[in-house]
Amino acid sequence: MKAAVVIFPGSNRERDVCLALRRATGHEPLCVWHRESELPAADLIVLPGGFAYGDYLRCGAMAAHSPIMREVKARSERGTPVLGICNGFQVLTEAGMLPGALLTNRTLNFICRDVHLRVETNQTIFTCGYAAGQTIRVPVAHHDGNYTADAATLDELEDRGLVAFRYCTPAGELDDDANVNGSARAIAGIYNRSRTVLGLMPHPENATDPLAGGTDGRGLFDGLVGALQ
Amino acid sequence: MIGRTNVTPALAAEMGLSADEFARVEAILGRTPNLTELGIFSAMWSEHCSYKSSKVWLKTLPTTGPRVICGPGENAGVVDIGDGDAVVFKIESHNHPSFIEPYQGAATGVGGILRDVFTMGARPIAILDALRFGSPDHPKTRHLIGGVVSGIGGYGNCVGVPTVGGETQFHPSYNGNILVNAMCVGIARADRIFYSAASGAGNSVIYVGAKTGRDGIHGATMASAEFGEGSDEKRPTVQVGDPFTEKLLIEACLELMAGDSIVAIQDMGAAGLTSSAVEMAGKGGLGIELDLDRVPVREERMSPYEIMLSESQERMLMVLAPGSEDEARRVFEKWELDFAVIGRVTETGRLILKMHGETAADIPLDPLVGQAPMYERPWQPTPAEAEIDAAALPARDPLACLAKLIACPDLASKRWIWEQYDQLVLGNTVRRPGGDAAVVRVHDGPKALALTTDSNPRYCRADPARGGAQAVAESWRNLTATGATPLAITDNMNFGNPERPEIMGQFVGVIEGMRAACTALDYPVVSGNVSLYNETSGAAILPTPVVGGVGLLADAGKSVGLGLAGHGNALVLIGETAGHLGCSLYLREIESDEGGPPPPVDLAAERRNGDFVRGQIAAGRAAACHDLAEGGLLVAIAEMAMAGGKGVTLDPAPPEMPAHAWWFGEDQGRYLIEAGDAEALLAAALAAGVPARRVGAVEGAALTLFGVGAISLTQLKSANEAWLPGYMAQT
Repeated sequence: MKAAVVIFPGSNRERDVCLALRRATGHEPLCVWHRESELPAADLIVLPGGFAYGDYLRCGAMAAHSPIMREVKARSERGTPVLGICNGFQVLTEAGMLPGALLTNRTLNFICRDVHLRVETNQTIFTCGYAAGQTIRVPVAHHDGNYTADAATLDELEDRGLVAFRYCTPAGELDDDANVNGSARAIAGIYNRSRTVLGLMPHPENATDPLAGGTDGRGLFDGLVGALQ
Repeated sequence: MIGRTNVTPALAAEMGLSADEFARVEAILGRTPNLTELGIFSAMWSEHCSYKSSKVWLKTLPTTGPRVICGPGENAGVVDIGDGDAVVFKIESHNHPSFIEPYQGAATGVGGILRDVFTMGARPIAILDALRFGSPDHPKTRHLIGGVVSGIGGYGNCVGVPTVGGETQFHPSYNGNILVNAMCVGIARADRIFYSAASGAGNSVIYVGAKTGRDGIHGATMASAEFGEGSDEKRPTVQVGDPFTEKLLIEACLELMAGDSIVAIQDMGAAGLTSSAVEMAGKGGLGIELDLDRVPVREERMSPYEIMLSESQERMLMVLAPGSEDEARRVFEKWELDFAVIGRVTETGRLILKMHGETAADIPLDPLVGQAPMYERPWQPTPAEAEIDAAALPARDPLACLAKLIACPDLASKRWIWEQYDQLVLGNTVRRPGGDAAVVRVHDGPKALALTTDSNPRYCRADPARGGAQAVAESWRNLTATGATPLAITDNMNFGNPERPEIMGQFVGVIEGMRAACTALDYPVVSGNVSLYNETSGAAILPTPVVGGVGLLADAGKSVGLGLAGHGNALVLIGETAGHLGCSLYLREIESDEGGPPPPVDLAAERRNGDFVRGQIAAGRAAACHDLAEGGLLVAIAEMAMAGGKGVTLDPAPPEMPAHAWWFGEDQGRYLIEAGDAEALLAAALAAGVPARRVGAVEGAALTLFGVGAISLTQLKSANEAWLPGYMAQT
């Protein structure tokens, strides 16, 4: 699997996701600078975490209008899978590639801690490395991860099985305290209709190492390699 | 503006120069300085930049060692960590600005210390923050905590450097002067360290980064004065940070540093363009000429005085090798940062500033740097405190006392703070905040660094020499408790007004204790910062020497944490317990008494016990380890139990001392080790001449004290976790 990681000025988790991809694929992913107007041939496009363009104006808003994003959209429409993590998820919603928006956490503070996620379906290229309903532990690190959308959109996400992950207790139960940022219906990540675009706030790339954060995030990268090889 | 303002001794005094100092300026120049020149002298000779009150004492600290590549005097210290790698680190205060404007003050404190580290060619890999706030009851404290914590997070999270540790304490002496000390640690190739001394007359001087504005003008002078009423009016002297620009500056500088373009580099920190230009040329024994018309500015009609004294953030000054300008311009334009050739290195030995075709300043550098005032200020020793007789204190229920202690502001969990910091970015954080020391891998491991900041200001007030030694020893012990070999420290000396002999006496005493401990533990000082005049309306802070320690682990996988790991294991106490309660947290929180001398620090025992513990961890005999600090034995056991989610059944207190002295005494040089094979550990201790005894067994889900009672882990945790979030939620 060849992955292309798009780097915006202010991206800061590109290194982390490159490391996770390297662990899964055995080779370095391609890094693409935001000013490029063309993407190299790739099986997966990754938008990493960080503060693209300083997150000035609104998280992800300026990155969504950068030249490279036109190309990301075009590739996505032709079927290339896109993974947006944290700031990358924010960029995907700002670019209209995923519905809804990410508001400030309900605590009004940045939150960095391990959370538990319930894998809602494993019938996707992103989650085929997990069992459906499996609970995984991965960290979050964000200020604006409170997912919101109108009720019709939320219903549609649920009806079509487009909710990827929900915040839950270690036992996999939904619980208001476990909903770390106050997201609507405890949503931590969603797919587009064709399930070829995934946006999620937590950082599976920071859970691919037994010494640093555990290994529950590996399923996502290993699953992608299996599906896209 | 040039020549228009009449420079008088009174104006000089307003800028912080004494009559004698002003006379010295006139003698050096052979004339009265103009306003710009006066501003430059005032900034360079401020306490903040010149260390004029502290230098004679700082010079007595040990600063060398077999691994030290660069000691104090550069932007940061550099220590060899093998395999061609070096660790680059420094701590710096941003106390005064953080009190005036907590968010920006703390944020720019982080930005400044990051620049000190990457200026030397290192990629920053970790930040730590040592914070001191006033009494929780003081009306400003909540607002200051909120602002400082979000400022640190706002900056560090955005630049993508994990904040992995630090400490937070409270004391009424900080009501009007909080302390915000930020430490940054970076990694560089040992043979690719960049220094600030300019060389090569004729070489271009380059300005890169953000534009210069009217923020932070004369901040170094503000940071060198006491506060009085109306300190809020000093808000315009606080800088404004932009972490996004800093992130670009880090990447651009490191990209350019991979080649051979840079001859010398210096960040524009305190006193901005003034100190960076003076230090580069001064250290190189050369001169420098700047054309201020070429400095990128973001406001119109800035005067030479404003340009030279602005403390706008995210700016660097560089001297480039001949023919390197195009390459440097390409890199900085890629990162969309300002880049301007603003001058050149000369052989004149003078700082010459030109603007609008006129000479705005002309100062000989050698006397500006070399004749900076240096004071051996009068000092008086701190009177000794009377001993505390533990037997005279009432007997109390130790478990009730424990519950109260772990819920007090100084010991309560600081999770509410550290969860606002990205602790994980870069993917190498092996041990997160909340333990004895953070552990961060180097280049994805297995090699790792252990990092900690420590100080006990109450000890330092009661006995400065003991307090200074204790701060160093505790730092060394915290690193040791993870299994790391302590390498070196950076120190942040926060004190009151040095012109008062009793304050200067605290400084002298603390330095004496630190010198003894650094020497005995082979733990040199490689960088640091001094923050004096931490007083408001004549009331000084507690003497607070913050020690930032760095240790080395060959294999991060062999480090241990403090969380109890396995039921059935034994808890073994290493070190001597005399039951010293003077200056203890128990005395303050339970008996409402801040008196007594702090515990003595036996440096030989400290070294012997620590070396033994490190050896046992390396030999795989420790499942967990924790050093004993504030609160003593029972608090340390409770912390291990809470971190691991496992209970402990404790043996009764020995009969030779009162139970409260045994459980809560703060004797130094002690550790707790969780051992699967306690007999082997005890035998090894006996052979090494190290005091050791079994104190309990890991079992159940409560802290059970034989013959006294039990307290469940759930109760302990809620007492420990509830205070800070509850406090911050009040309005």
